[in-house]
Amino acid sequence: MKYLKNFHKYRYLLYEIVRKNIKLQYRNSVLGVFWTFLQPLMTTIVLVIVFGGIFGADRNYTTCYPIYLLCGRLVYEFFTQATKRAMRSINLSASVIKKVYVPKYIYPLSNIIANFITFVISLLVLVCFIVYFYFFTETQPNITGYAFLAPVPILILLVLAIGVGMILSTLAVFFKDVEYLYEVFCMLVFYATPIFYHVDQLHLSPAVATVLKLNPLYSITEMFRCTVLYGRMFSMNHLLYALGFSVATLLIGFFVFYKKQDKFILHI
Amino acid sequence: MGKPAIIVDNVSILFNMNKEKVDNLKEYFIKLITKKLHYNEFWALKDVSFTVEKGERVGVLGFNGAGKSTLLKTIAGVLKPTKGSVKSYGVIAPMLELGAGFDMNYSGRENIFLYGATMGYSRKFIQSKYDEIVEFSELGDFIDSPVKNYSSGMRARLGFAIATAVEPEILILDEVLSVGDAKFRMKSEAKIRSMFDKGITVLFVSHNTNQVLNICNKAIILDHGQIIAQGDAAEVCKKYNEMVNAKK
Repeated sequence: MKYLKNFHKYRYLLYEIVRKNIKLQYRNSVLGVFWTFLQPLMTTIVLVIVFGGIFGADRNYTTCYPIYLLCGRLVYEFFTQATKRAMRSINLSASVIKKVYVPKYIYPLSNIIANFITFVISLLVLVCFIVYFYFFTETQPNITGYAFLAPVPILILLVLAIGVGMILSTLAVFFKDVEYLYEVFCMLVFYATPIFYHVDQLHLSPAVATVLKLNPLYSITEMFRCTVLYGRMFSMNHLLYALGFSVATLLIGFFVFYKKQDKFILHI
Repeated sequence: MGKPAIIVDNVSILFNMNKEKVDNLKEYFIKLITKKLHYNEFWALKDVSFTVEKGERVGVLGFNGAGKSTLLKTIAGVLKPTKGSVKSYGVIAPMLELGAGFDMNYSGRENIFLYGATMGYSRKFIQSKYDEIVEFSELGDFIDSPVKNYSSGMRARLGFAIATAVEPEILILDEVLSVGDAKFRMKSEAKIRSMFDKGITVLFVSHNTNQVLNICNKAIILDHGQIIAQGDAAEVCKKYNEMVNAKK
């Protein structure tokens, strides 16, 4: 109850920081908010050129390779950007935290929400892709009513990102090298998540394939693709696994953060 | 006896000062395994208790390292006491460092709303105070330039203008009146004095006994984390001046 009241009082701060992050992200750039569309569009084109011939040629696995790739890339990009921003948020707001009382979780949380809003805007690129491939090519994405379920994996992804962001922001206060380690980890995640390939395409040993499938981002991207690309219901196993993993991470994240937040001031 | 505004009850603060700063994992694990994680324990505050009543203006005197800033940070809620408790009644405007909540890339106008939100005020409320803030800060057209281009005096003026415009009930001043030029110092002292009439409670840290006498009606002397004198401002300031002279 006490926490809810406190959150209610500081909701303006959450709003102001979200607003600030979005406003400052594209300030002084000529194209401004268009970069939200241009960046995923351009990187997807590059990836399609590089991997399209290798992984995209086989229709058994990937029906419409550019959309397949864009789905994975959007999920991955939001997850890594949001968690990286959250990780640095406490250290970057050190000057405020040292002088004024504010609920500290506002900082990682607002960074993730700001990233989430730009992510949702960037989904317009996906809509453009779908429209283009649906009407002008033969490799049509299968669009059905299941597309309305797309918010489910997206919201699970948001929960996961908040949980991981809270854990990372706590760790980064005490150990600065977490930031470098996480960069390497994100690169690993890029290759370990089926973004530009399909797991079955690699002919991995069952053990390795299982390890890849334990990655919650795998379940989330698969669910996302089911709704907007394959046009069918996602598997319940994926849903339960992703949801369970994300909620558990969120709880752990808040717990770790809550336990350690009073010590932040001695380290930043 | 008026209503209490701040109750500081047996507050002690312990700092674990590492002999060397360990901030990366490698060093941490090496030292953990070789058992070289040594800490110097250091009590920044020891059993500090006092009560500030509503409308009282308390000056906090003490030499460098006496624990003044630690005390104010504890009251502001930034530091959590190791032992004891701090209770405060009413909105606190901490002016520990003017402009600490500013974002350098944001314009002055945008920072007014950000800073207001940091203190827990809504956009609407700040909007109603906006003209007053801009006028007091004397920034004029600079209000739309990014704060990174401001001089330190301009930043301090804006910070002071926001923190006082929101009409807080408790004002914490940590040597803030020593920034800015003489004109602004006089203006801000006058502003603070005008807030006395509304019954504001002030905690004021300074080395300057004249300033304390000007503003405060009560005072405290801190030394090595303990209160060694408290009471009427004039008496305590006299004692502090004696301490300073004795040190010479």
